Amino acid sequence: KSISPTAVTPLDRRRGQLAALSIAAVVIIVGVPLWWRTTETYRAWLPVSQIKDLAKLQLHLSADVEVVFARVDGDLLVQFIILRLQNMKPARYETKYRTATIMEEDALKKPTAAEADLSLHMLSESPCGSLVVYVIPESSSLLPEDVNVYIGQRRTALVRISAQMRVGKTLEQLLAQLEPRIKQVLQVMSFSHTDITVALSDRVRFRPGNKESIADSMRAFKSSPGYEITFSLLNPDPKSHQLHWDIEGAVQTYIQPLLTKLSPLANFSIDSQTLYYTMLGVTPRFDSSLEAYTLNADSLAHVINPVEARLGSNAASSNPVLNFLLYVPDIRHSPLYIHDHRKQEVPSNAFHSPRWGGIMVYNVNGFYGSETEFPVHVNINMAKVMGVFLAQLRLLLGVQSLSPPPGFLVAPCGSTGLADWELDRLMWSRSVENIATATTTITSLAQLLDQIGNIVINDNIAQQVSSAVTSLQLAMAELEVGNLGFALQYSKEAILASEKAFFDPSLLHLLYFPDDQKFAIYIPLFLPMCVPILLSMLKIVSEVRQRRREKQAKKE
Amino acid sequence: MKILTLLGLLSACFLANSINIEVCTSRFWFNYRHVANTLSVYRSVKRLGIPDSHIVLMLADDMACNHRNPKPATVFSHKNMELNVYGDDVEVDYRGYEVTVENFLRVLTGRLPPSTPRSKRLLSDDRSNILIYLTGHGGNGFLKFQDSEEISNVELADAFEQMWQKRRYNELLFIIDTCQGASMYERFYSPNIMALASSQVGEDSLSHQPDLAIGVHLMDRYTFYMLEFLEDIHPASKTNMNDLFKVCPKSQCVSTPGHRTDLFLRDPGSVLITDFFGSVRKVELTMDAINLTDPIKQMEENPVNGEEQKEVYSYADQLPVSEIIHQKPKQKDWHPPDGFILGLWTLILLVFFKTYGIKHLKHIF
Repeated sequence: KSISPTAVTPLDRRRGQLAALSIAAVVIIVGVPLWWRTTETYRAWLPVSQIKDLAKLQLHLSADVEVVFARVDGDLLVQFIILRLQNMKPARYETKYRTATIMEEDALKKPTAAEADLSLHMLSESPCGSLVVYVIPESSSLLPEDVNVYIGQRRTALVRISAQMRVGKTLEQLLAQLEPRIKQVLQVMSFSHTDITVALSDRVRFRPGNKESIADSMRAFKSSPGYEITFSLLNPDPKSHQLHWDIEGAVQTYIQPLLTKLSPLANFSIDSQTLYYTMLGVTPRFDSSLEAYTLNADSLAHVINPVEARLGSNAASSNPVLNFLLYVPDIRHSPLYIHDHRKQEVPSNAFHSPRWGGIMVYNVNGFYGSETEFPVHVNINMAKVMGVFLAQLRLLLGVQSLSPPPGFLVAPCGSTGLADWELDRLMWSRSVENIATATTTITSLAQLLDQIGNIVINDNIAQQVSSAVTSLQLAMAELEVGNLGFALQYSKEAILASEKAFFDPSLLHLLYFPDDQKFAIYIPLFLPMCVPILLSMLKIVSEVRQRRREKQAKKE
Repeated sequence: MKILTLLGLLSACFLANSINIEVCTSRFWFNYRHVANTLSVYRSVKRLGIPDSHIVLMLADDMACNHRNPKPATVFSHKNMELNVYGDDVEVDYRGYEVTVENFLRVLTGRLPPSTPRSKRLLSDDRSNILIYLTGHGGNGFLKFQDSEEISNVELADAFEQMWQKRRYNELLFIIDTCQGASMYERFYSPNIMALASSQVGEDSLSHQPDLAIGVHLMDRYTFYMLEFLEDIHPASKTNMNDLFKVCPKSQCVSTPGHRTDLFLRDPGSVLITDFFGSVRKVELTMDAINLTDPIKQMEENPVNGEEQKEVYSYADQLPVSEIIHQKPKQKDWHPPDGFILGLWTLILLVFFKTYGIKHLKHIF
C-alpha cells in the first residue's frame, strides 16, 4: 500500500507547525525590535529637567554700595547712625557704612567736585558694579548752592546732607532724609526696576511706563556678540567740493577709547567709505528769512531708504551694522539746516534712526568766498563731527539719556565718552538681556525638539545645550553675588552656545511623513511576508481547537 | 480684549523695519507668469522704499535670458509689453537650482551654514514685519518646488513656529498665489500671522492673459489685480489691509480669494499696507553732542608692519589649460577593481564551473 504523495503525515504536520511558529517567533522577537531601532532617529540626551528649572528665571541682582560719612561735628552721632543702618534689613543693595579715611577727607577738601572725584578715584578703584556714596556735611563748599548730589565720572557720588544734620535731631529724621537721597542716587547710577523689565521685554510683555521708556527700548540695538560700524562721507558735488577727512586719526582718537571701554560687552569692527554723487532723497526747501535751505523733521524719515541702497555692507558677518553718514550739501543747496517740529534749528544738525545709525549735515559754505576756484579743498573738522557721532553712538548702544532728578549735577562723561557707572548700567542690562534671551532660546529649543519628534539631535548640539545651561547657571550665581564682570562673561558664553545650538544647520531635517505615505511605504514590504505567517497561525489555532473538540467528543 | 488691543498697539509701536521674501517656485518657459508675478511684487516693494538688503528674492528659473524669450533681458507683466519688470536693478539672491524646499526653510529658520553671505540671509529681529510671497503650482496642502519636490503646509507652519520661538518677526503677512492656495495657511498656529491666498481648496487660480508675441501667459489674475491695487499706494498712504482683502473679487478672478486673520493681534483695519509693503523709518533728532577737545593723534607710520602685511596673492587655476592644449592624458592612480566587477567575475566563474565541472579547474591554474 503506497501512501499518496499528497497525504500529510503527522510528522510532516508537526514539522510544518514548528516551522510556522519559529518564523513567527523570529519575526516578532528579532524583526520588530530591529525595525524599530533602525528607523529610529538619533536623539542625544538633553538636560531637560535643568532647562525646565532655568525657565522659571528667578534672577537675583545685587550691587555693592558703600556709604562713607565724612567728618561731621560729633563723631558719636555718626557712629550711632552707622550702627543703626547696619542693623536694618538688607535690601537689594548690599550696603556697607563707614567713616571716611584721612586721605579721603583730604580729597573731599578739594575746591571743586570734579577734582575731588578725580583724587578719590586715585585712592581706590571700585570694582565694576559697585558704588561709593560720600556723605559730606552741609558746610562743605564742594557743591554749588542748589545742587545736593554730584554724580561723578567714575563710580562715586557726593551727597550733601542739609543743615538738619546736627546733634539734637533724632535718628529717624536723619535717616528719613538720607535714605531717599541714596535711593535716588542708586536709581540714576545703578540698575532700576524699569531697566530690568526693559531688558527682559523678550519674555515679559512689559507695560511701558512712559513714552521715553518705549523710545529707549526701541532705539538700542539688541545684544549681539559683535557690531559693525561704518562711517560714510557723502559728497554729492565733487566738482565744487574736494573734501578731506582724517577718518583714521579721528576714529583712533575719539571713537576707539569708547569701544575699548565697551569691549567686555561686544566686539566692534569699524570701516569707512566715501560716496560720490549720492543725493539725499528729499528736496530741501529754501527759507528766504534765513537765506538757507531747510529740512523739516517730517521729511527726514524718507531720507534714509534711498541712501541705504547705495551704502553697501560688509558681507562677511551677520552682525548688526551701525551706519554714520556725514553729508556735505552740494553748492546749490548750501547751507542746509535741519529744523525740528517747532521750526527751530537743531544745534547739532544731525538726526538718527533707531537700530540703524545717524546722519549729520555738515555745511562747508563758510569756508570759502564766492570768487574761489572750484573745486575747493575743504578739511573737515573731525572733532565737531565725531562729537555728534559719539553722542549718537552712545544712544544707539543703549546708554540711556535720562534726565536726572532736580538737585542733581551729573558730571559730563570724559574723553572716552562713557562714565564708569553708565558702563555698569549697560553691563547690568546686557547681562540680564543675555540671560533672558539664552534661557528663552534653550527652553524653546527643548520644547521644539520635544514637539517635533522626528528631528535628529546630534551629539554636538547636546553638548552646546549642556554648556549653555552650565553657563546660564553660573551667570545667575554671579549676578546674585554681585560680580558683574564675570556675570557678563558667562552670559555671553551662554548666549553664544545657545545660538549655536538653535541655529545649527543639521536641525533642519524635519522628517515629516503624512500617515497615508507611511502606509504606502510599509504595506508592500510587510504585507506579503505577514500574510502566510498569519494564515499558518490561524491554521494551527483551528487545528488545536478541532483536536480539543475531538478529545471532548471522545471523553463523552 | 483691552489687553489684546494694548498689545496690538505695542506691536505697532515696535515696528522698526520691513523685510520681504519673494519666492517663485516653478521652472520651465511655460511658467513665465510665475517669474513675472514675483518680479512685479519685487518692483512694487522697491518702489515703496524697501532696499535690496531687506529683500530675499528667489527665482527658480531665468526667463529673461531664456533661449525661448523673443525679447531677451526682459520680463513683461502686461501685454503690449508696457512694463518690463526685470529692468536693470534686480538683485536675485537665490536663483535656478538653489531654490529648493531646504534652502527656503533654512532662510526662514536661520539655520544656514556660517559661510552664507548677508544677502542670502533673513536678518530680521523682533521688530521686523515680514512679507512672504509665494507663487507657483500648488495643491491641497502642498506647494511644488522645481517640479521635483514639495513643501507641505505642516512644514511651513512648523517653520513659522520656530521663527516665532526665536522672535524673528514682529508681524508676518503671508501671500500665496497658487491653485488651492488657502490650504497652505490652514495649519498655521503661531501668533501675529495674517495670510492671503488667491483661491480656496478645490479651486484653481487662473492666469490673466497670454501675449501673442511672447507666446505664454504673462501673469496670474490675483497678482495682476493686486498689483493694480499697489500702484495706487505711495510711501505715505494710509490704505489698510481691509482694502487688500477686497482685491480681485470672484467676478474678476474666477477663483475666490481667501484670507485668515484670526492669529493676528491687531485689527486688520488698523494695519497699513505700508507696514509690510513699504519701509517705515522712525527718526529722532540728535539733541546733544559731546564736546571733544583733544587734537587728533597722528598715526605713526610703521614700515615694518606694512611690509609684513604684503602677502602675495595669485589666482587659482580655473581650468587646466596647459593640459587641454597639449592633450596630455591625466595620470590616473590604479584602484583595485570595485565590488561590482568582482561580483560579476565571480558569477561568471561559478556558472562556468557549475556547467563544466570542477575538474577543469586545473586547466586554468
